[in-house]
Amino acid sequence: MNAVVVDCISKVYGRTSVPAVDQVSFTVSKGDIFGLIGPDGAGKTTLFRILTTLLLPDGGTAKVDGFDVEKDLWEIRRTVGYMPGKFSLYQDLTIAENLNFFATVFGTTVRENYHLIRDIYVQIERFKDRRAGKLSGGMKQKLALCCALIHKPTVLFLDEPTTGVDPVSRKEFWEMLKKLKAEGITIVVSTPYMDEAALCDRIALMAGGKLLSIDSPGNIASAYPGKLYAVKGDDMYKLLKLLALYEHTVDSYAFGEYAHASFRNNDNNAVLRYLETHGVHDVVIAPVKPGIEDCFIKLLQNWDGDRDTDQ
Amino acid sequence: MIQTNKLTKRYGSFTAADAITFEVQQGEIFGFLGANGAGKTTAMRMLCGLSIPTSGEATIAGFDIYKQTEQIKKNIGYMSQKFSLYDDLTVTENISFFGGIYGLSNVQLKRKRDELITRLGLGQEANKLVASLPLGWKQKLSFSVAVLHEPKVVFLDEPTGGVDPVTRRQFWDLIYEASAGGVTIFVTTHYMDEAEYCNRISIMVDGRIEALDTPRRLKERFRVSTMDDVFYQLARGAKRGD
Amino acid sequence: MYFINWPAAPNAAIKTSTMKQFIVFVRKEFAHVLRDRKTLLILFGMPVVQILIFGFALTNEVKNAKIVIADYAKDPAAQQIISKIEASRYFEVERSVMRAAEIEDAFRQGRIKLAVVFPLNFNHALLHENSASIQVIADASDPNAATTLSNYLNAIVQDYQTDMNQNLSVPYRIITETRMLYNPQLKGVHNFVPGVMALVLMLVCVMMTAISIVREKENGTMEVLLVSPFKPLLVILSKAVPYLLLSLVNVTTILLLSVFVLKLPVNGSIMLLYAESILFIITCLAVGIFISVRTNSQQVAMLISLMGMMLPTILFSGFMFPIENMPRALQLISNIVPAKWYYIIVKSIMIKGLGFSAIWKESLILAGITLFLLGVSLKSFKIRLA
Repeated sequence: MNAVVVDCISKVYGRTSVPAVDQVSFTVSKGDIFGLIGPDGAGKTTLFRILTTLLLPDGGTAKVDGFDVEKDLWEIRRTVGYMPGKFSLYQDLTIAENLNFFATVFGTTVRENYHLIRDIYVQIERFKDRRAGKLSGGMKQKLALCCALIHKPTVLFLDEPTTGVDPVSRKEFWEMLKKLKAEGITIVVSTPYMDEAALCDRIALMAGGKLLSIDSPGNIASAYPGKLYAVKGDDMYKLLKLLALYEHTVDSYAFGEYAHASFRNNDNNAVLRYLETHGVHDVVIAPVKPGIEDCFIKLLQNWDGDRDTDQ
Repeated sequence: MIQTNKLTKRYGSFTAADAITFEVQQGEIFGFLGANGAGKTTAMRMLCGLSIPTSGEATIAGFDIYKQTEQIKKNIGYMSQKFSLYDDLTVTENISFFGGIYGLSNVQLKRKRDELITRLGLGQEANKLVASLPLGWKQKLSFSVAVLHEPKVVFLDEPTGGVDPVTRRQFWDLIYEASAGGVTIFVTTHYMDEAEYCNRISIMVDGRIEALDTPRRLKERFRVSTMDDVFYQLARGAKRGD
Repeated sequence: MYFINWPAAPNAAIKTSTMKQFIVFVRKEFAHVLRDRKTLLILFGMPVVQILIFGFALTNEVKNAKIVIADYAKDPAAQQIISKIEASRYFEVERSVMRAAEIEDAFRQGRIKLAVVFPLNFNHALLHENSASIQVIADASDPNAATTLSNYLNAIVQDYQTDMNQNLSVPYRIITETRMLYNPQLKGVHNFVPGVMALVLMLVCVMMTAISIVREKENGTMEVLLVSPFKPLLVILSKAVPYLLLSLVNVTTILLLSVFVLKLPVNGSIMLLYAESILFIITCLAVGIFISVRTNSQQVAMLISLMGMMLPTILFSGFMFPIENMPRALQLISNIVPAKWYYIIVKSIMIKGLGFSAIWKESLILAGITLFLLGVSLKSFKIRLA
């Protein structure tokens, strides 16, 4: 069965004409880690709020665990776990008090489902009498996750859980998510970080309220049109400008240490000659497997192109 | 352009920044990395003249960090993720306001304003409230406003948070242009690939600078292939913060 | 790609005059202020409203006070004095012959502020002894009004006396014997303690409840609570309970202070006072909940509580400005201010020492307002974010 089914959901806020979510459809299989990847303003938070019954959609339907988000909201509220963007804990309660509170709210006790949170909780246990307001970002995140898990939800919704947290804690967080998957919990998580996309089973790339692509990370990467190359030289700034002017370039953009580019005729040597003639030395060109970020950039450019032609 | 020697900031018994020592040359793009709580913001605030150090010395564009904070402020630009422009003013009004603050004459202001609006392609939006601009445009406009008065050094505090990959690169285009024009850029970020765009970077852990070098040499030193791994190696031992 | 041309010479001719910078700032601030419609409304609307209300509606003067004249004498002298009293704009006279018990009743129910009694032998005393007395009874639970009214009355009587004595060699003397009911010592505090009680309860319950609920909305925990099987009704009630108990503590503190420090005793039943206070507290909590449902920021909640609640309470509860002297429209408005009813109830119990039979009407009205507010706020409590 599908844990989450979204069918043509739309949502417009107030009097703005641009929809926050524009006819989005997708499904999430039970036990998957599903990622919503996209920048701020893509509509991720709005979508989460609709799926957790906090907002009513303006169009379309959605089901979580078979329950309709409009009609069966109490069933959904009983069985899902939700971690909204801002960590949303009670700042003046301690870690232990927060945990107990949320356990009680869901009609269970900490002891009952302790095995679910044990691995996470042991990392913050020694601070259990510290007020939540005085915790660091990473610890707050762990506590929020425990509070969302304490009633053994069937589906877990995590809205940008790793934003603003240091890379080390981020890595640890994803390890924890993988372990939860093993317990059979479906996890829907949103993130602006492209590298985290690769850690999901299936992802949906979103921007401006629209779904750009949805598939497993591997498939999305394979679907990249054409060949992608990584290009390096001694003067990256010059190199980037030259590539942009080169007649055979389809796309070129900076990508950390390298530039990523694709060309119309796939003639490496021609590119190399061109660059060296114009004063870039130590040029290295090699094919590279497109990552999620490359796919995202491509999709964004196509999408922008569509919009421009519409006008 | 920037010189610091054992710059330290203590709050009571807590040392936020510990003996920070480094130099940045004119026209460099200098990346300032570190986890939340590592001391990046504290260090940056001292360099901007916003906070007086507890001990140590520093000069920005040749001005002393203790005695000449006003001159420092006149010669630097600043942009942060949290604040940059006034949402309830229009694009034009924002440019005019900040131009006036930086002391540009009316003639100069008009010229720069027109230039800026043309460069960024904001002709249609010039009289719209900034609140109605998409995030990417806001970021680019913020940066342009921060360099409106042609400062010698620009401080950027996590300028590309939450922005889509295309806009992020467009933003770095702006940074490159500025740097090519001789402006020194001091930027903090937690996107590791952006660390690669910098000439040199430093990584702060627990208030101290634990690494300072070009990205390439850092990767060689730690024998890893990405900046991500470099950071991970250093940050793993961190006791403070997250 | 985006190009910014950097001239070779940076910092070209930057003139920094402080004045110019200042002007630039001022212009910006004007823009901020003028674009914030809500603040503008308060800035410009409020003074207008206040001037109108204070100028036309509110006055400390006592006019048209309802009084009773009990004329046992029925003689020409009494008649003349009575005519003068009737002619005065300060008094609205109900003339009837009432027995003492009926007069007491009228005071208890708050129907009259003053009673003038012309005794049976008024004329006789005047003619034969050259001196007679008129009894004046004033409701001193509002000591200011009582003093003012009895002064007016005295003035009228003295006027008549002067008139009478113009042509006489042996002057007549008319003495007014004034009795202050309920508050013989004319303690001003009598007015204030019930008023303070109403104000404090209103402030604490409304503002604190509203802020507490809105704070959860602001820091995001409300979202998490909503996505749980916990019924919203219980969320609200759980917020109301601490403030209910705290407010009772406040009531106790005020009463203790008033009895032992201000020497103002509680003349009526304390249990009844507490019961009515609980009713009023619940009213205020309902108002607080209602405000919290409509607002999303603590600042706005606080502003509405203060402006929207405290001001009307001070103005329309009757403890600073007599309601009877307001234009009809404002009197009607004061009827929906819960504090007005509570103020009457507390005065009746504390100062007049009355029981439930005297205040059942007011209690009913208060209960009605409470139920209405509770119903409306609970109904509008959103189980979703929008």
